[in-house]
Amino acid sequence: MSQGHTVRKYDEDLKELNNLLARMGGLAEAQLKTAVESTVRRDTDLAAQTIENDDLIDELELQIDDLVVRLLALRQPVATDLREIVSALKVSDELERVADCATNIAKRTIRLNEHPSIKGLSSLPRLAEVSQRMVKDVLDAYLEKDVDKAMDVWHRDDQLDALHTGLFRELLTYMLEDPRNITPCTHMLFISKNIERIGDHATNIAEMCHYLVHGGPMRDSRPRSAQNRRNANKDGGGSPS
Amino acid sequence: MTSASTPANGGTIYHVKKGDRGTILDIAEFCLWYGAAQALFGVEMVVERGLVTALIGPSGCGKSTLLRSLNRMNDLIDGMTISGNVTLDNNNIYDPRADVIALRKRMGMVFQKPNPFPMSIFENVIYPLRVDGVRNKRLLEETAERSLKSAALWDEAKDRLHQSALGLSGGQQQRLCIARAIAGDPEVLLMDEPCSALDPISTARVEELIDELSGQYTIIIVTHNMQQAARVSDNTAFMYLGKLIEYGDTDEIFTNPKSRQTQDYVTGRFG
Repeated sequence: MSQGHTVRKYDEDLKELNNLLARMGGLAEAQLKTAVESTVRRDTDLAAQTIENDDLIDELELQIDDLVVRLLALRQPVATDLREIVSALKVSDELERVADCATNIAKRTIRLNEHPSIKGLSSLPRLAEVSQRMVKDVLDAYLEKDVDKAMDVWHRDDQLDALHTGLFRELLTYMLEDPRNITPCTHMLFISKNIERIGDHATNIAEMCHYLVHGGPMRDSRPRSAQNRRNANKDGGGSPS
Repeated sequence: MTSASTPANGGTIYHVKKGDRGTILDIAEFCLWYGAAQALFGVEMVVERGLVTALIGPSGCGKSTLLRSLNRMNDLIDGMTISGNVTLDNNNIYDPRADVIALRKRMGMVFQKPNPFPMSIFENVIYPLRVDGVRNKRLLEETAERSLKSAALWDEAKDRLHQSALGLSGGQQQRLCIARAIAGDPEVLLMDEPCSALDPISTARVEELIDELSGQYTIIIVTHNMQQAARVSDNTAFMYLGKLIEYGDTDEIFTNPKSRQTQDYVTGRFG
């Protein structure tokens, strides 16, 4: 911003909104981290803790909703201010869903831990790592208004999708091998799916960053992934979605 | 609908929304001085026929000066000089042979404070026709009714047409002034902060009226109320220190302005 608003309270409110968003982002990141850690380490207590912590995110989301409604009503924001406020509302929605996915992962982990561990599964830690990086980087990009960085995250979603598809195929072989593997593998499949969904939320946040900075949807910069997605659809359901 | 933005003279940024009836006013390289003080610097602006164009900018930016240049009201100020051209339907309004009275008939004007004449509502509305020497009673009555209806004042005024206009509320008086401005059947309505002396409900009625009159008339409105500009206009021109900074589609100006100065002004960072 080149300079502050004539009404200083307006600036304070916008700053508060960004702080809330940063806190919510940090929490969502932490939730994702503990959730996948609980899966990898088969830690039921950590999973239960993760589920409990979800309330904090919901509370922050309510605070952001309230502040956004108040800003819209009192300030009638326009231009960059309007975009900042509207995208904060949408980003908080995405973060809430990221946290929901983390909770789902934790819930599945608790069920999964009732079964013997699935051998192998080399790609799960990698999948978790990629999704965590995406969430962290997209939040940084959004708060720094760095569109290039956001676009980089946006493009990384393909990588996550590929890892998820790989894990799906791996689990499929285990299930074919021994029907007793079906239950734990199904839980694991849902965990993988939730991680893959988190990547989609991260790309949505990347798109909001583009909107925030440029004031429009990212029409021109789509080609590569859009092409890939079309091809994926032509495969005829090679990837579970 | 929005034409490509092409930077032009003086760095003005354009992304004007086009109407479907062509253009009506062409302001070209227009400069204006009050004595030695220059108030307008090379304004280049084409106004679309039938659309509402808002002029915004901080106090002293030249928006009222520009508006008053369009019907040569600034001629009344001593020491005022201009350069450049303003053409209305390809007629140069600053041509020495131009008929200023005829020009002002084509450009009705509504001012900041309602200024009804101290006479009846009826006489106020038909004043432009009286000046022209119209005597036909039926024509006068029809014009009064049509204008008052257009200005959304008929229902409130029809039973008191011959009472003093000064007995109307501020909002009604302003709508009466709009009725009077359109009774002369102008092509352009110039409005200089028409709502700044009105309460919120009257303001809403005048805004509603602007919406209804657009299409039929070309409306150019100066306003300090940016939300009002955002609500009523198709195109918005942002002026600063006598220069036209950005002129374009109102939606764009208020969601994604191209110029930093426009941005800072519409978001309330200066002005």
